[in-house]
Amino acid sequence: MDSSSVFANIVRAPEDAILGVTVAYNKDSSPDKLNLGVGAYRTEEGKPLVLKVVRRAEQMLVNDNSRVKEYLPIVGLADFNKLSAKLIFGADSPAIQENRVTTVQCLSGTGSLRVGAEFLARHYHQLTIYIPNPTWGNHTKIFGLAGLSVKAFRYYDPATRGLDFQGLLEDLGAAPSGSIVLLHACAHNPTGVDPTIEQWEQIRQLMRSKGLLPFFDSAYQGFASGNLDADAGSVRMFVADGGECLAAQSYAKNMGLYGERVGALSIVCKTADVASRVESQLKLVIRPMYSNPPIHGASIVATILKDRDMYNEWTVELKAMAVRIISMRQQLFDSLSARGTPGDWSHIIKQIGMFTFTGLNTKQVAFMTKEYHIYMTSDGRISMAGLSSRTVPHLTEAIHAAVTRVD
Amino acid sequence: MAGFGKAMACREHVRIRLGTRFMSSSSSSWWQSVEPAPKDPILGVTEAFLADPSPDKVNVGVGAYRDDNGKPVVLQSVREAERRIAGNLNMEYLPMGGSVKMVEETLKLAYGEHSEFIKDKRIAAVQSLSGTGACRLFADFQKRFRPDSQIYIPDPTWANHHNIWRDAQVPQRTYHYYHPESKGLDFSALMDDIKNAPNGSFFLLHACAHNPTGVDPSEEQWREISHQFKVKGHFAFFDMAYQGFASGDPDRDAKSIRIFLQDGHHIGISQSYAKNMGLYGQRVGCLSVLCEDEKQAVTVKSQLQQLARPMYSNPPVHGALVVSTILGDPELKKLWLKEVKVMADRIIGMRTMLRENLENLGSPLSWKHITDQIGMFCYSGMTPEQVDRLTKEFHIYMTRNGRISMAGINTSNVGYLANAINEVTRSA
Repeated sequence: MDSSSVFANIVRAPEDAILGVTVAYNKDSSPDKLNLGVGAYRTEEGKPLVLKVVRRAEQMLVNDNSRVKEYLPIVGLADFNKLSAKLIFGADSPAIQENRVTTVQCLSGTGSLRVGAEFLARHYHQLTIYIPNPTWGNHTKIFGLAGLSVKAFRYYDPATRGLDFQGLLEDLGAAPSGSIVLLHACAHNPTGVDPTIEQWEQIRQLMRSKGLLPFFDSAYQGFASGNLDADAGSVRMFVADGGECLAAQSYAKNMGLYGERVGALSIVCKTADVASRVESQLKLVIRPMYSNPPIHGASIVATILKDRDMYNEWTVELKAMAVRIISMRQQLFDSLSARGTPGDWSHIIKQIGMFTFTGLNTKQVAFMTKEYHIYMTSDGRISMAGLSSRTVPHLTEAIHAAVTRVD
Repeated sequence: MAGFGKAMACREHVRIRLGTRFMSSSSSSWWQSVEPAPKDPILGVTEAFLADPSPDKVNVGVGAYRDDNGKPVVLQSVREAERRIAGNLNMEYLPMGGSVKMVEETLKLAYGEHSEFIKDKRIAAVQSLSGTGACRLFADFQKRFRPDSQIYIPDPTWANHHNIWRDAQVPQRTYHYYHPESKGLDFSALMDDIKNAPNGSFFLLHACAHNPTGVDPSEEQWREISHQFKVKGHFAFFDMAYQGFASGDPDRDAKSIRIFLQDGHHIGISQSYAKNMGLYGQRVGCLSVLCEDEKQAVTVKSQLQQLARPMYSNPPVHGALVVSTILGDPELKKLWLKEVKVMADRIIGMRTMLRENLENLGSPLSWKHITDQIGMFCYSGMTPEQVDRLTKEFHIYMTRNGRISMAGINTSNVGYLANAINEVTRSA
């Protein structure tokens, strides 16, 4: 038999667009280089941050000799699940009190979305999911691989750099009854454009009247406004009307646990009995994927959430991160205004969360990289977390040059 | 600022604005027709054990190591590694393929410390979510790039293997493996199945310490299997979940793999640190595929990453750090190897004790298979009815296929267990 590989015909996959930005940044030797690509928080000094309260929790776990590393149950750490549900739905949520919520620990936001999507592909009757245009690049792949058909609804309006609310209502209004709709709970990635409360209420009414199923992606709770409850407002609005929904939570950003892969998938059901059956089916999705979730990050989260002092400490550190990002937005806006850069830059302070959709086109982005060593994704998205007071002037110069010299 | 950022965070405020509760269009659940799923047969055993109030209860169900006091163990080498890690490193995302250092060290264990394949960079390898994750990634990869292939799985095997390839939508068939009459390997039927499979078939092989039977081919038999695989051009995918844990010697436990490598096979391997480093809940493992050359290895790795990205984006960092800390430090690595040997030796000791106890009780049956078999599990040969009696009358918990987890046996309970087994089998 010939000894050539059974996989000889495989071609190399393209580089990930977002992670490729950091690869290019690392290769650049300029002292002025600035990485505004990947969405991980950086301090004023441009360093990654491990929250003090997370370090404390970690030390507690290490020093506790009674702790073992046995397999978690398929659904993960029980405490973690309960506390995560309370965090997003509110401790007094009727859905929780009525035992209508099933929550399973998953691998961060990605894992929660995938497990939820696989469950829907097996048990739901309408296998189409509508995702906002644009959205996080990985959403399409996740839902596609799970077996759902992916369609887009209008979301971002390049003319206003805000929400295309009319387009959104039209597209969701035209969706077949029962379709699944992916909603970013807050701090839309990549645009930073969120609906107002009034707009959320209209979306909710439209969706409930058409029987559209909400699937929330909550990756920035507390990180957007600095207030955990406020950032969960959209989700709670839908739960409060008694209807069903799915919610994927991530602790990557708001607890800085990125690489530990901590998240949770919750499914809010009509009755406790249904929730219990749903949970049993979620286990069948998880077991052949990775058997049970990793224990370390979830233990850190549970340690923090269940201790009042540590919880409060967390909210303070979380608010500090959100405040720094909000202040970067203000500084950049002020700096561009002072510079007299042509155009309306108010979207920088209107948008929320980690990212700003600058409105710069691919040519302008390429120019900024080449001439000013500033790295961002080609859609003009910048990570505000990568900015500092020290680097705002450099970015301002670069934007000014791009806008005045490159169309 | 859009959204709820500027609004009062007060929940009352939000609720008041809603006005009438708006029910979804149907007042019944979208999930009304969802059936309750059957309980996982293996994990369900531990649940039942935990619920039993009897002071005599014994758990020989799930395959997690216990010391002679019946307690789970965190290895010293692991504790030390964690002490070094805590407080020192950030928690940034790993690359999609995981920790490069951890993968490098892990490949050395499987392929050999000085493997030419590692030097020549011919191995496509990614960090995986323990053994399950490695098998699933491979199954998804097989589905995507060899969509017409199926997988041959030994009969019996770890139950989740069937689930994994089924969810990956790869058709599966079984091949003969266990011989109930001898409680050993059904070698001639196994070889027949290999010969009769279409050329170029994909086979799942347990590298050592077969789960659930504990029955492994001898070195000679492995050589024959490898030879026949060459003749037929079959693809060998090894699930190695117990390296070091079976004989106490990692190189010896990887013998089957080394034979296939010597014979020129381009194999795939799933490796797990769940048992041999006691990292169960950390979910640390590695999937590797040996390729023709470095270029192909880069290509295959890029495609494996494409499958990982929409599943979990990148793997968890903590367990990987523990592994690379231990394996990257000669002293810690030495300590770890010693600790693995202690675990393997204890299990081998329990096999001897259980067999001796049964023979001393005058059991009419042969229990030689207990010491012939190797690794975490013993296929006792007991029927489901006998197992049910063990549970009901003696509060002994195991899976109904008669599989005993040797790690659950210790000097305090081996006598009780032997007596119970003797009771339910002596009239067999």
